[in-house]
Amino acid sequence: MSKPTVAIFDFACCEGCQLQIVNLEEELLDLISVVQPVEWREAMSDKADGDFDIAIVEGSITRPEDEDRVREIRKRCKILIALGACATFGGVNKLKNKFTMDDVRKCVYGDAADMPHLSTAPTKSVCEVVQVDYRVEGCPIDAGEFTYIVRCLAMGTDPVIPSYPVCVECKLRENVCRFEYGELCLGPVTRAGCNACCPSAGAWCFGCRGFVDDPNVNAAKDVLEKYGLTIEDLNSRMELFNYGQEPAENVKNG
Amino acid sequence: MSRTVDISVHHVTRVEGHGNIRVRAVDGTIERIEWQVPEAPRFFEAMVRGQKWEDIQTIVSRICGICSVTHSFAAVKAIEDAMGIETSEQTEKLRVLTHYGEQMESHALHVGYLVAPDLLGVNSVVPLVETHPEAVKTVIRLHRLGNRWMEILAGRRTHPVSLRPGGFSMLPGEKQLREFKKELEAAVPDLQALAEFVLSVADRLPKFERPTEYIALVDPGQYTFYHGLIGSTDTEKPKPVREFESVVNEFVSPQSTAKWCKWHRDAYAVGALARFNLNAEHLLPLATTVAKQFGLEKGCCNPYMNNVAQLVEAVQVVEHGIQLIDELLTAGLKPERPKVKPRAGWGAGAVEAPRGILFHSYEFDAAGICRRANLTIPTNQNHANIQKDFEALVPQILDRSEDDIRLMLEMLVRAYDPCISCSTHYLDIEFV
Repeated sequence: MSKPTVAIFDFACCEGCQLQIVNLEEELLDLISVVQPVEWREAMSDKADGDFDIAIVEGSITRPEDEDRVREIRKRCKILIALGACATFGGVNKLKNKFTMDDVRKCVYGDAADMPHLSTAPTKSVCEVVQVDYRVEGCPIDAGEFTYIVRCLAMGTDPVIPSYPVCVECKLRENVCRFEYGELCLGPVTRAGCNACCPSAGAWCFGCRGFVDDPNVNAAKDVLEKYGLTIEDLNSRMELFNYGQEPAENVKNG
Repeated sequence: MSRTVDISVHHVTRVEGHGNIRVRAVDGTIERIEWQVPEAPRFFEAMVRGQKWEDIQTIVSRICGICSVTHSFAAVKAIEDAMGIETSEQTEKLRVLTHYGEQMESHALHVGYLVAPDLLGVNSVVPLVETHPEAVKTVIRLHRLGNRWMEILAGRRTHPVSLRPGGFSMLPGEKQLREFKKELEAAVPDLQALAEFVLSVADRLPKFERPTEYIALVDPGQYTFYHGLIGSTDTEKPKPVREFESVVNEFVSPQSTAKWCKWHRDAYAVGALARFNLNAEHLLPLATTVAKQFGLEKGCCNPYMNNVAQLVEAVQVVEHGIQLIDELLTAGLKPERPKVKPRAGWGAGAVEAPRGILFHSYEFDAAGICRRANLTIPTNQNHANIQKDFEALVPQILDRSEDDIRLMLEMLVRAYDPCISCSTHYLDIEFV
């Protein structure tokens, strides 16, 4: 059996998720032994002709021509994996959508803002433009979760992604709750799978893996109330990576 | 005989972000030489408006996966400058040490994974796994070391967690530092092996020179990446970081409409070679030895030698990293938690990213909400210089085959280690 072909593409992003793939080091060599990379601009000079089995797409869609490009990629692949927060739900790139596009162009480019090549559209995730088969959450992705998903794919099984909040992993790591330090942590409403890496390094959870399915709103409210905080406080911090996300409404109305 | 050279490289590979090369010459007459950047702009300076002071470094870290520690530090330093926040000597030493991890990771990635294939005539590191397994393993070990470095000190490999205005949200343990020092000592033979390996193929680095102004941080007695003033090879008088806007002088070029930077000349360069040209006398003994092996000396203006300067710096950060750990352990790590009371103000911060000097500045209101930001990225500062290099280099090599010219231009772009997704100010142009 020939190895499945893989092509990696990026749109508006920091390329930090691709870097996590490079960071697999020797494990990347193992991965290359089961799949055949045919295009990966950041690491290879080769370019793929025709179709490929798997497309891995990092980044957000911020221009009409990029929508066309990602649709073209979708047509050329059998399976499309959205890599990281920018691709799965937009991540920090969506902060741009708080403003008008005229305003952000003028803010950054001043007098040159009206030049046609500076046109920009409100940020969309890859998931909002094309059908995505698998999502690797996080900013950046967790390299272990990425290889797990690729392994599942190779074995034809569906990966199981945690549907519980970061607090569960944080408790297992025996961290002192960030709220005890007077901080607003997004652990109670954020999808786990990162092994609570930020609270474990002395910071609050930034919510980069997005809302957990059906966040337990009452529990979150109880926690916030106990520390004199409100759902509005939580939503305002959640905005960093999750601007315009629907579940925010659920939390508000719950 | 009539000969047309027509080179069009769409999306140069093995660089971070998107860039194009266009060259056209007919019968020896050059009609066009252009370095273009079609990266989608991301508008970070607009996006941080309205965000809290304590979230800024988390947002701007996402400008670049490879320089995320540098971006965090530039933001943290600017916030501290704006709000008059003091930091301890321990914090300053730990920051320098943390920042070295990113230099190691980025330089190993660039020299080992992105540049080495050019020196060995292949398209990527993948074929080298078979042909040069030991060299690839050495690169992997050094790259992993850089990642472990950031993990231990910044809480994560990419997008650091523990770097805060005022200090660290979490300190490494003394035992952890003691053990990490052993890893650094063990890396020295790997660095020497990598230097030998690159040296064995260094004749593939083109011999091309163009007198250039180099700009980097300068700090008395130090080969600095983190502290100091803005120095230039064109002046004896460095400038304070708060005056960075009068150094970068962003302007719209009439011939390309891209924003370029210039100080004393029509372009300048930043990066490892710039740091070397300004600070080489402060390198530690091992790093100095590696520079000598390659014949790299202060005043070098061959942009391809930036790759060699990166190698020298990889040695320097390990050598100095070992010293810093000794100093920290001798003093004993004291538990500290940053306490910050936000206040209104404007501040600027400069830090050396692996690919050159980076400037951030922010203005905050009394509640610590960001009102204005200005970020000037290293690759942005190199843009005009890459174009000037192209213009000087192409006439010298026009008699070669298109493949050769293309490769030399691609290698030149790669030598600058561009980080294009970083480039908040790149104008987005596709000339057709």
